[in-house]
Amino acid sequence: MKKYIIWAVLFAVGFLACYPVLFLTAGSLMGQTELRELLGPVLSGSGGYVRFPLMSLYPTLRNYVGVLMDSPEFFVMFWNSVKTVAGILAGQLLVSVPAAWGFARYDFPCKSALFTLYILLMMMPFQVTMLSGYLVLDKLQLLDTLWAVILPGVFSTFPVFLIYRFFVGIPQAIIESARIDGAGELQIFMSFGLRLGAPGILSAMVLGFLEYWNLIEQPLTYIKDKSLWPLSLYLPNIGLEEAGTAFAASLLTLVPAMLVFLGGQDYLEQGIMAAAVKE
Amino acid sequence: MYNRKKRNTFRGLLFVLPSMAGVMVFILVPYLDVVRRSFTGAVSKRFTGFQNYSTVLTNPAFHLACKNTARFAAVCIPILIVLSLAIAVFLHRQGRWGHRLKSAYLVPMAIPAASVVLIWRLVFDNHGLLNGLLSWLHAGTVNWMNTGAAFWVLVFSYIWKNLGYDVILWIAGLGTIPESIYEAARVDGAGEWDLFFRITLPNLFPALYTITVLSFLNSFKVFREAYLVAGNYPDDSMYLLQHLYNNWFRDLSMDKMAAGAVLMTVVVSLLVLLLQKAWGRDVE
Repeated sequence: MKKYIIWAVLFAVGFLACYPVLFLTAGSLMGQTELRELLGPVLSGSGGYVRFPLMSLYPTLRNYVGVLMDSPEFFVMFWNSVKTVAGILAGQLLVSVPAAWGFARYDFPCKSALFTLYILLMMMPFQVTMLSGYLVLDKLQLLDTLWAVILPGVFSTFPVFLIYRFFVGIPQAIIESARIDGAGELQIFMSFGLRLGAPGILSAMVLGFLEYWNLIEQPLTYIKDKSLWPLSLYLPNIGLEEAGTAFAASLLTLVPAMLVFLGGQDYLEQGIMAAAVKE
Repeated sequence: MYNRKKRNTFRGLLFVLPSMAGVMVFILVPYLDVVRRSFTGAVSKRFTGFQNYSTVLTNPAFHLACKNTARFAAVCIPILIVLSLAIAVFLHRQGRWGHRLKSAYLVPMAIPAASVVLIWRLVFDNHGLLNGLLSWLHAGTVNWMNTGAAFWVLVFSYIWKNLGYDVILWIAGLGTIPESIYEAARVDGAGEWDLFFRITLPNLFPALYTITVLSFLNSFKVFREAYLVAGNYPDDSMYLLQHLYNNWFRDLSMDKMAAGAVLMTVVVSLLVLLLQKAWGRDVE
């Protein structure tokens, strides 16, 4: 009996965790009349309270048509988000994967001090580097460009740390035997490191995607030109009068993140775990 | 042999170099510049000692933001940690449904703050869903966003977002405890609670450090929801350091920003190091 109660509570919590997805789906399929009626109390301050059924009673795709056909700014922002995320992740692949390999497989002077610095940097909240980031981007004349968000993201130290945890786990014997077979260092990295460390790299990419798709502080600070804003800053500006549009746009923003989540869930979990367990 | 070692040192550095150069250019060097600025006047550009620091430390808005941020961390981190531990202990080894629930708890990680904003507005409005539910229960309604209740909305939002993440971390920790210890204790007649307090908890201690630190760091990210819903000046109860820094930034108060950034660095580093000391475990 006690066990059933626990399961019931856990399922309720699980439902609460996923409810926003249902909520947005339902809302995005509602027509204007239905939304007006349900959201009336918030929109016009008329009496009563908002009601919200689990599913639309008269489903329609009109909101999606509206967002996809009639609001060019949605596409602009969508592409801004895509470009930013793609730029950051591509840069991280080029920069942090080799760095993680260097930290994991070689000895060099000041290595542990440098790595500690990386860990500390990864722990700092954005507010700490907000001003310094601004100053350097200003000097490089990158403010008000997408690069202002992409470049600092590329040099985030978190993926280095995460991928390092996976590289360290590769048995030294494999590397040594490759060396004895005459493989060069670069060749070892390319063929053994990348292959055996692939789960770590994918984890970093999945976690990175979810983080950068959701970026608020950086574009808010470094980009004034609204035509360069990502979706994450654009959505809250849609007023409730256009609730249908807001619902459809919110759901469309959620979809890419959800796909990455569903496709990369194992890597996401491995990535989260890598920080917690010491091998 | 010696030569090869030297060559490998050089190669190791080569792998790290691009990243290191970027970190220098984009983070470290400008940060040192900020440290320098924290000791100089905003207009005069002359050395002013700890002037900026005392301006910041005596600023009433800074006191409010510090108090709220500390209160926020002090309230939600223990709740999150205990709740996620309880769930993890139960879900650990629960087969298919346990696995599915775990995935469900992770879903909020994939939901962008911007998409949540719309829901927040409709749920926590004076005429919103939650007040509708409360009035249906005859429990009396609450002005969620403009009173002290806003703080609890923020706490809820943080726990909603981070629960799955912490559950996964705990499950990882639980996975490191060998089953054989439990079996041996069971043979000796230990009950379930004995097992939990004598074996599970002590063995999870090392994981507690990482989980606390990560939960603390993630707590800074509630700014996203808070900002998107309530803007630059939300209810006083949820005016966080992040709001304050953001507002200083918009006012171009470089001197306060610089001193504030240095102060925050010191506090975060100290907290991380203190926790590490307290739990006797190295960061890595």
